[in-house]
Amino acid sequence: MATPSLDTVFNHPAIWRGNDCARVALPSVPTGYAELDILLPGGGWPAGALTEICRERSGIGELQLIMPAAARLSHAGRWIIIIAPPHIPYAPALAAHGVQLSRLMLVRPEADKEKFWACEQALRSACCGAVLMWTDHSRERSIRRLQLAAERGGALAMLFRSSRAIPLVTAALRLHIGKSDGKAIVRILKRRGGGIPAPIALDLHGKQAGHGIPVRRPAPAYARSPAPTHKSRL
Amino acid sequence: MLWMALHFRHLPLEVFARGTPEATPLAVAASSSRIAVIVATNRQSAERGVRCGMAVSAAWGLASDLRVVARDEAAERTVLRRVAAWALQFTSVSSVAEPMDVLLYVGGSLKLFGGLENLSERIRNGLADLGYEASIACAPTPLAAQLFACAGLDIRIRHPDTLRHELGKLPLSLLGCAPETAAMLDRFGIHTIGECFRLPRAGLTRRLGERFLDNLDRVLGRLPDPRPPFVPPPTFNAALPLPAPVEQSAALLFAGRRLLAELCGFMTAAGSSVQRLSLALSHEDHADTRVTVSLVAATRDLDHLTTVLRERLARLALPRPAIAIALAAEQFFPLAARSLSFLPDVYECAETAARLIEQLRARLGDRAVCGLTALADHRPECAWQACEPGKGSVSAIPDASFSRPLWLFATPRRLEEAASSPCWEGPLSLLAGPERIETGWWDENHVARDYFVARNPAQSLLWIYREHDAEGKWYLHGLFS
Repeated sequence: MATPSLDTVFNHPAIWRGNDCARVALPSVPTGYAELDILLPGGGWPAGALTEICRERSGIGELQLIMPAAARLSHAGRWIIIIAPPHIPYAPALAAHGVQLSRLMLVRPEADKEKFWACEQALRSACCGAVLMWTDHSRERSIRRLQLAAERGGALAMLFRSSRAIPLVTAALRLHIGKSDGKAIVRILKRRGGGIPAPIALDLHGKQAGHGIPVRRPAPAYARSPAPTHKSRL
Repeated sequence: MLWMALHFRHLPLEVFARGTPEATPLAVAASSSRIAVIVATNRQSAERGVRCGMAVSAAWGLASDLRVVARDEAAERTVLRRVAAWALQFTSVSSVAEPMDVLLYVGGSLKLFGGLENLSERIRNGLADLGYEASIACAPTPLAAQLFACAGLDIRIRHPDTLRHELGKLPLSLLGCAPETAAMLDRFGIHTIGECFRLPRAGLTRRLGERFLDNLDRVLGRLPDPRPPFVPPPTFNAALPLPAPVEQSAALLFAGRRLLAELCGFMTAAGSSVQRLSLALSHEDHADTRVTVSLVAATRDLDHLTTVLRERLARLALPRPAIAIALAAEQFFPLAARSLSFLPDVYECAETAARLIEQLRARLGDRAVCGLTALADHRPECAWQACEPGKGSVSAIPDASFSRPLWLFATPRRLEEAASSPCWEGPLSLLAGPERIETGWWDENHVARDYFVARNPAQSLLWIYREHDAEGKWYLHGLFS
């Protein structure tokens, strides 16, 4: 009988090492970025728990980051609920990312209280795949209610917050998104299973900016230069 | 043959009292001769010593805060008809027996509802939701069931022999015979129906007439006793007076839920569902407040309708306290039947989504909840539109060779210019472009722009454009998330 080597012992799912991400079977949805999936317990966004995404500035790539998961969920017939977004989510771009528009709902409450209420109702509902909400408030009671609702509904609960907002105690995952050299720098500030891994760089806009339109510096007398014109379809 | 009789002993009172959960001393009076007499009292007033048959002035002497309302027999008759319509969910034949009974033919419903015990329990609970209390009795003949229910006996008789035996114990007064007949029987020393059965038939007919005997025969099922089946009205219309003027939406919801429960029973009976409800709240010296509740999908789920109503009422500002609430539904849709599934399936998801939308809309307003749809237009601001949730579609496959930002600004922001290059939190460097969009000359919104993907020193990716005119101003139109 072969003696089990130390590696096989360590690979046993019941054994967790403090310097490692816990490999536990948590219900989760793959992020669509392999580099990020490795670092997350369960291999994706935690389902039925709060995820807090802190952004350095608006428009840094926070929506881009969750597009693959949103596309996957909407194709599975689950609803994506967007609550109180800072700008208009642009439908053609969402469709280009593979999100089914028929499974998208936009909720624009006026008061902050209504925002939390809407989020709670959406999380509680069994039809939702992901609920995205933009808020900087951190009332412990409301957040706790959201946490309970998320546990019940099993949807992804994504709270987008500015990095100045007070961190949430109940979040299962906290990410920080910054930008450097045209790449998004994702730092995991908190995750289940402990340990804080090194930040990773994701090329979120690879398709958007890299290729697609040939890069051409406009000539100074640009207004007169010939440029491709769309023939409008009538 | 098996009939169930519902006898509404407290009907004169319940007509007024069922709109509120908290009970205050209340009595119903009827003016039979010259003075008004109390005909029904609730528990709170009975505890203070108010009794039926008392003059109203005497009752006020006992309880100064007693509220006395005049008996409304028309409302009682309406209530009986509404209960008969509601009860059609349990049977195919119901019949109204005025003044206080509703009869249900339950012989054919036993298997579906799991026996007589379960059925009467369900009916009892359902009536409690509506705000009524009934004594329920079952017997092979409708008249016997009525007698038992009227006697307040919670009894279920299925065999004719048991029927004869049990009927024998009932007092004769329940049969409701003419006063002279009653007086004569009293002189004979006959007080129960059983004693009547033992008397020789020929002599009894001679002394009391055919009619009395026919009644006895009907009770035992020897003579046919056809009852007119109740035909439910095509629309639903129910009003509920509130015992005291109500300002809070929670108290209104209580009364509203009673009406919704009635509506749901009505729809279950017809196998239909509703998509549009109208609610009217009456006020003193003021026009009615009307609320229309439109649902995304037709439903007859009581809990869901209650949730939607709660949010609508919470949003409602009443000009005056409400004194009555009325619910009307005119258009019903057949609720499509479908088989149940062990696993959560597509139907369930669609149903819960519809509920969520209604719930959100009821509180936040219709405009706050929408879906998004992409349109075939090159102008970015015309290429999207808000739509009904779930109706979003892509009419043209987006051209993959041109990038579009995830965030679009509702109104483009004017960019400052420094050294002939645009600035937004620092000078911008252009990464891709230009993409010329020049269209819309046929309508008011003609655009001629050159779009670029740009990056600012803070590493944000922006979607900017330059007006294609002599001035050539720069605008920020979107963010690549």
